[in-house]
Amino acid sequence: MRGATHAKWAACAVAVALGATACGGGSDGGGGDGAGIVSSSWGDPQNPLEPANTNEVQGGKVLDMLFRGLKRYDPETGEAVNMVAESIESTDQQNFTVTLKDGWKFSNDEPVTAQSFVDAWNYAADVRSKQNNSPFFSNIVGYEDVHPESGDPKTKTMKGLVVKDAKTFTVALTDRFSTWPDTLGYQAFSPLPKSFFTDHAGWLDKPVGNGPYTVDSYTKGSGMKLRKWDGYTGPDKAQNGGVDLKVYTDNNTAYTDLIAGNLDLVDDVPAQQLKNVKNDLGDRYINQPALIIQTLTFPLYDPGWSKAGMEKVRQGISRAINREEITKQIFQDTRTPAKDWTSSALGEKGGFKDMCGDLCTYDPAAAKKLIEDGGGLPGGKVTVTSNVDTGSHRVWMDAVCNSINNALGRGPVCTVNPVGTFADYRNQQSSYKLTGPFRSGWQGDYPLIQNFLQPLYYTGASSNYGKFSNKDFDKLVDEANAESDTAKAIAKFQDAEKILAQQMPSIPLWYQNGSAGYSERLSDVKLNQFSVPVYDQIKVG
Amino acid sequence: MPEPYDPLQPGEKEVIAPTGQGGPMDLALEEAQSLEKTLEPAGPGPQEKARSLWSDAWHQLRRNPVFVISLLLILFLVVISIWPQLIASGDPLQCDLSKSQQGSEPGHPFGFDTQGCDVYTRTVYGAQASITVGICATVGAALLGSLLGGLAGFFGGWWDAVLSRVADIFFGIPVILGGLVLLSVVTSTTVWPVVGFIVLLGWPQIARIARGSVITAKQNDYVQAARALGAGNGRMLLRHVAPNAIAPVIVVATIALGTYISLEATLSFLGVGLRPPTVSWGIDISNAASQIRNAPHMLLWPAGALSITVLAFIMLGDAVRDALDPKLR
Amino acid sequence: MGRYVIRRLLQMIPVFIGSTFLIFLMVYALGDPVAALFGDKAPDPATAARIRKDLYLDQPLWKQYLHYMGQIFQGDFGTAFNGQPVTELMASAFPVTLRLTIVAILIEIVVGITLGVVSGLRRGQLVDTSLLVLTLVVISVPVFVTGYVLQFLLGVKWGWVRPTVSSDAPFNELILPGVVLALVSLAYVTRLSRTSIAENVKADYVRTAVAKGLPRRRVITRHLLRNSLIPVVTFIGTDIGALMGGAIITERIFNIHGVGYQLYQGILRNNAPTVVGFVTILVIVFLLANLLVDLLYAVLDPRIRYA
Repeated sequence: MRGATHAKWAACAVAVALGATACGGGSDGGGGDGAGIVSSSWGDPQNPLEPANTNEVQGGKVLDMLFRGLKRYDPETGEAVNMVAESIESTDQQNFTVTLKDGWKFSNDEPVTAQSFVDAWNYAADVRSKQNNSPFFSNIVGYEDVHPESGDPKTKTMKGLVVKDAKTFTVALTDRFSTWPDTLGYQAFSPLPKSFFTDHAGWLDKPVGNGPYTVDSYTKGSGMKLRKWDGYTGPDKAQNGGVDLKVYTDNNTAYTDLIAGNLDLVDDVPAQQLKNVKNDLGDRYINQPALIIQTLTFPLYDPGWSKAGMEKVRQGISRAINREEITKQIFQDTRTPAKDWTSSALGEKGGFKDMCGDLCTYDPAAAKKLIEDGGGLPGGKVTVTSNVDTGSHRVWMDAVCNSINNALGRGPVCTVNPVGTFADYRNQQSSYKLTGPFRSGWQGDYPLIQNFLQPLYYTGASSNYGKFSNKDFDKLVDEANAESDTAKAIAKFQDAEKILAQQMPSIPLWYQNGSAGYSERLSDVKLNQFSVPVYDQIKVG
Repeated sequence: MPEPYDPLQPGEKEVIAPTGQGGPMDLALEEAQSLEKTLEPAGPGPQEKARSLWSDAWHQLRRNPVFVISLLLILFLVVISIWPQLIASGDPLQCDLSKSQQGSEPGHPFGFDTQGCDVYTRTVYGAQASITVGICATVGAALLGSLLGGLAGFFGGWWDAVLSRVADIFFGIPVILGGLVLLSVVTSTTVWPVVGFIVLLGWPQIARIARGSVITAKQNDYVQAARALGAGNGRMLLRHVAPNAIAPVIVVATIALGTYISLEATLSFLGVGLRPPTVSWGIDISNAASQIRNAPHMLLWPAGALSITVLAFIMLGDAVRDALDPKLR
Repeated sequence: MGRYVIRRLLQMIPVFIGSTFLIFLMVYALGDPVAALFGDKAPDPATAARIRKDLYLDQPLWKQYLHYMGQIFQGDFGTAFNGQPVTELMASAFPVTLRLTIVAILIEIVVGITLGVVSGLRRGQLVDTSLLVLTLVVISVPVFVTGYVLQFLLGVKWGWVRPTVSSDAPFNELILPGVVLALVSLAYVTRLSRTSIAENVKADYVRTAVAKGLPRRRVITRHLLRNSLIPVVTFIGTDIGALMGGAIITERIFNIHGVGYQLYQGILRNNAPTVVGFVTILVIVFLLANLLVDLLYAVLDPRIRYA
């Protein structure tokens, strides 16, 4: 057996010497006629691959290839365009009628009907299904029946969802929500085939959807092979023969495989390689804004930070952070200094506007003055907390503290408090134990300004970890949601942002870009606003 | 350096090993003197002889240049860790991000790290934490490990079963898990929690090595002879077994010193090691590691300082081991 | 001898119970894993409560532990958060890591002992000094750097080997990762065998063997080495388990989906079944390796007897 291994080893060495690249596997061949296979880096999904249970990019990547929902966000503009939906109509911004297009079916030939959506949504909302994304359905009438705060649900269906016929269903919401149809591009709202409910384990081993790809094979923990579905009738047919997703435990390794020619696409270029990207890849590198913002949230449940006058201190700290320098030196311009509390990827039309102004601009003298005017740092110190098990949180936290210390010139008043695991960090955060500003990252679920403001700063909102509460802010958000005209709604949200600037419940740090590098075989590689490659458009060869 | 001794070339002058399997040591540097002395081996001899083992060792050490050099080096490192400002005038926490990863310039001979801090100043100031962690953790783990391992090996039976199995359980604890559980609750900014943690996870390895050595050493004829002569367990262990079993422990401990200093870096990387604003080589090495393609100078200096420290202790360990070996004299 | 082995095997039972409880306690101390399942969003209280209930996390620690042990005796090691049974994870991770460990241990034995013998016989000479310098480099440069640099040079720049390991992880792809994994241990093995050899080189039995006119090679391997190996063998025995569980960095660099990775994920996500399951197997590996080492003592030094 050892002899055989050696022989293979030697053969490999010879093959490499002769210039062959395909030693020990490698990517499949394929011409330029849409049959080529893209090999792409992947991370193990954190949860079972159910649409309503997937809340991170790696699982989302697969769902984006396997499913098409009522709407889909245009990868270029972020606009929510009808996909399976023919129309979604409402007269009162509260009761909606959804009509489906003809001809959509799942890859097992089952047609996509109104029932496919209603069953999927009822399943997602049911507390017994333990789906992470169940709160997305909480504004549908009857949610409490399937998702009571404690105990078992009385029923399996929500009253607010009614199937009229195979192509039509109605949705009743508990409150007015004008932009609700635009949220439906989120993957949690995907339709599900009957096999999902009848053979759940089998479905999880080999998911079946209605998107441009089908699952050829799925080996948990190592990879998934997706192939173009020839029967797909949607407008966005795959331009390649399929995608081989390969699990990497470290994005640096994936990058190494890319420059060694073993991999076609890496959608997360590691920070430490950013300086080499130009050299290694030339123009085969994408760096564009994504719907991600990083902020430092203040613990306003702590009187030390929330008492009157402290808003000046909070603004002062914001002005003591040299965002330009940090994004340039630490992130090599793959992050952009933040100017508001949303994301530059929303675009001006979507509501992105410089709402922070001077308060997000580095000015040591102004910072000092603001902090002194506000009564000084609580206890003369500030501790910045984040988990350090992922990302480059440790590096930027050090840089932020150095920036504050240099600006204030009072020695090391700012220190970092690294937390070992995300789980531990989340527990400290959600039990309101942190006593200094802490990292909060927010990745938009859908490209709407509402998604960046309401869940984070509305009184009692689910991800309002700093316990910020402001009546005027809440009022403006309510008004915006009731507004049927999108432009007017956005203006209201921007007014609400002005209150954030006055109160500074969190310091906007920077917008995070999506980054990707690809091999010479590929063309037409793009990232969408969620920093996920648009696989169906990639051409091979 | 004197000629090394190759036993396999016939015709060399040799010292006859008096007892047991252990032969005389090759003592390259002090060969002539040891040959003149040709002392009786410690062991079944009378008590005064045994007592002279340690004083002889000291006598010999003092004249061993390797020992003197290593001691001077360690002294230098200790002085630097206590008074870093003797050779560095800057502030290790004073950083200018605009100079991130830049090379050397006047006044900053080693260049800057990612945060724009001066690498030279940080390397000098990092000595304190790193050397404290290295020395204290090594001494702690070596003492605890050789004590428990020695007892297990010497007495065997129940002692061995219990102590070895406890060691096995400790072996099984992943460093990361242990670190996250035991160190995340600590808020102290001193090095002692980290030292304690490393001792806790480091002793089983040294215990295994010590146990193996003691099991071999106690088979030696002179140990059996001492037992026959009615020597007590304590004396046998200390006077006859320990000096013969100590060499592998010293070797492992000196290398472990280096790995412990690096382990501190792993813990810091996990967010449970030394807390800021403490400066250490470990932290700087782990920060530099990911930037190896962009700024290798960031790694060179703290890693070089770590190398010199380990070198000093390896030399010291070699010299002490040679001097302690009773078969040599 | 047979009785000794049986006694040692029986000792595994308390160690098994002790270590599972200790690790269970430690993962419990890490805190509640449920909040982190929801990513950056706040967990939905009702869903979180249901997950806790299904995972027995709402029970007191001792009940959780008894429930877990009850499951284990039915061959059920629980489930990881991505829905995979832990037994499945173990079945895919352990063979890969075992192969990697075998490669690393072989390198330690062959290269480490050879270098140790050479430098022990040539104390103070150039070879010995160069090996000392190499030892210092290996100790002070992090594995991440040596691994990454070797991967970059051999795998990308010169294209001699595949830079990463494919999912089947055959032996030939594991040679470079094995070297990287073995490096620090190589330093120990080399220094340990060097010291032992130097200590035994003038022993009377070596001289006797030389006097008998035995060839140099035979004297070294049969007489000198055999008597010098006990500390080395002890070290390698302790290293087997450490290499299997502690290859996290090496596995990451070369994209090996082995024990280190699964354990790391389990710890980061506070998943008790994964961590306890993997560590339990590792402890058993330790026990077996140490038993093997103890039996080897008797082979290497016939004076050592086990009753």
